[in-house]
Amino acid sequence: MVLVALSFTAVSAETALLNVSYDPTREFYEDLNRAFNANRATQGLSTLRIKQSHGGSGKQARAVIDGLPADVVSLALAYDIDAIAKRGLIAHDWQSKLPHNATPYSSTIVFLVRAGNPKKIQDWPDLIRADVKVITPNPKTSGGARWNYLAAWAWALQQPNGNAASARAYLSKLLANVPQLDTGARAATLTFVQRRLGDVLLAWENEALLVSRKLEPGKFEIVMPSVSILAEPPVALVDKIVDKRGSRALAESYLNFLYSETGQRLAAKHYFRPSHEQIAAEFSGQFPPLKRTSINAAFGNWANAQREHFDDGGSFDQISDAQ
Amino acid sequence: MTVAALTKSAMRSNAPAGDLSPPDPLLRQRPSRVLPGFRLALFCTGLYLAILVLVPLSAVLFKSLSLPPDGWWQLVTHVRVLSALKVSFGTALIAAFANLFVGTLLAWVLVRYRLPGHRFWDALIDLPFALPTAVAGIALTAVYAADGTVGRYLQTLGIDVVYTPLGIVVALLFIGLPFVVRTVQPVLADLDAAVEEAAASLGANRWQIFWRIVLPAIRPALLTGFALAFARGVGEYGSVIFIAGNVPKVSEIAPLLIYIKLEQYDYAGATALAVLMLLLSFVLLLLINQQQRRLNRYQRS
Repeated sequence: MVLVALSFTAVSAETALLNVSYDPTREFYEDLNRAFNANRATQGLSTLRIKQSHGGSGKQARAVIDGLPADVVSLALAYDIDAIAKRGLIAHDWQSKLPHNATPYSSTIVFLVRAGNPKKIQDWPDLIRADVKVITPNPKTSGGARWNYLAAWAWALQQPNGNAASARAYLSKLLANVPQLDTGARAATLTFVQRRLGDVLLAWENEALLVSRKLEPGKFEIVMPSVSILAEPPVALVDKIVDKRGSRALAESYLNFLYSETGQRLAAKHYFRPSHEQIAAEFSGQFPPLKRTSINAAFGNWANAQREHFDDGGSFDQISDAQ
Repeated sequence: MTVAALTKSAMRSNAPAGDLSPPDPLLRQRPSRVLPGFRLALFCTGLYLAILVLVPLSAVLFKSLSLPPDGWWQLVTHVRVLSALKVSFGTALIAAFANLFVGTLLAWVLVRYRLPGHRFWDALIDLPFALPTAVAGIALTAVYAADGTVGRYLQTLGIDVVYTPLGIVVALLFIGLPFVVRTVQPVLADLDAAVEEAAASLGANRWQIFWRIVLPAIRPALLTGFALAFARGVGEYGSVIFIAGNVPKVSEIAPLLIYIKLEQYDYAGATALAVLMLLLSFVLLLLINQQQRRLNRYQRS
């Protein structure tokens, strides 16, 4: 329904842009769109109507493939944008067209625990203790859950004598401590925060900061593991659509604005780690230093990680089938 | 031809196949249709059903055929698929069966007694239809969770509802309730109380009246309500997904597996699983219908 409504409202390129994004970026893009128009006003340019569409990252990618006329996409992982590129809607080298792997802001995976950290959870080994229940969504349906899974796997690989077998053994014990699998990251947060199920939530850092600082201040705290993953939610313009609608210049200026100081500061305000070094320094209190392994360093690339771990018959399926 | 003869021949034509009386000669001559607009009605019905039901369903079937035979084999023998089908069909059957009893009881109470706030209770029955299923799922999860208003007490009895197959049954009980109540209610309301009174005056006790008089009358409606509640339960996604916990091989439902396959751009696998579910549902509904016909014949003889 929403998709249909949106496709009808996508009007002339001069006045409108459609940004198809994933779930937790809603408030950030609302702020960013306002700032973008304010910035245009100072240059004497007209106000743009910027439409937003939010949902699970994979679902959003599928909607674009099926014809949702997105000028730009801002999704949870490069794999989903690759899927759109594979259908010829986006140029294959999209990730090299913008700075930092086309990732204006990044995040990572952290542990959210209850105030006072009653179970004394400090690092990944604590998650496989018999007395700990871990909340994480289903990596088959949630982009965030895939980051969680890969962060755990990357940590296990980096341990002394770590290899694929030891990583799988670790993940197998970790998943045995997961009482249920929500379909999305936000649903898992609700399970942990509202249902009060589990001792630790594996979460996007931005989601964890949102909960512990804004939504439920004082009730939760964030634990930084020794190693986590560099989560890169990238952006791209959809070549086929912007060329058809003649909105390429607008879409480019919109994406570049994400890298501007204003855009970067807004990202930090919404708890995403800015890529701009100066802005990142300004917010260093909010984002403690953390060793973050990149997908490419640990898994080659997203397509590999997806195939080996999350496609049918991948490591996640093997572990759950064996349990 | 008189009206009486017409009705008579119509009644004859409805007679069961076992009827040995000679065919009415009037029947051979096709009577012209009483109501005008048969062609238009057929055209509209056909077009509407084709666009709304037939085309999407055949698209699903068509897409599923792109899955090679060994892909089908892998699908139907995969342990996750089998357990998900078991969970989906098992919970739907249990919930529809439970709703059969509770729904009949509710329909009975609503028809036979004037409760205080009768209209309110009656309107309440339709609420599961109107509520977005995701809201129902989240609300039920909150209520039946270990710290929820109801879950707290169940917890002391050692019963876990949320994130177990039992949770799925609870969600389907909620979703399926109106189907049974709303199909049985009008039949019960139309039931002539004089028949029951006559039975009572002939010495039948309450149990006999229910068993011999009421139940045969509402049985077709019961079966319809059961079939509807069951069919809805098998395909239900929104409410179940929040309360099920989605643990592979324990509380993972088949519609979630379809969603997962779509998430991996595996359209062939997703539609194949959908076709599999459709076939299973079709066979089960066919059995229910057959049961209904058998009962009807039994009732008439």
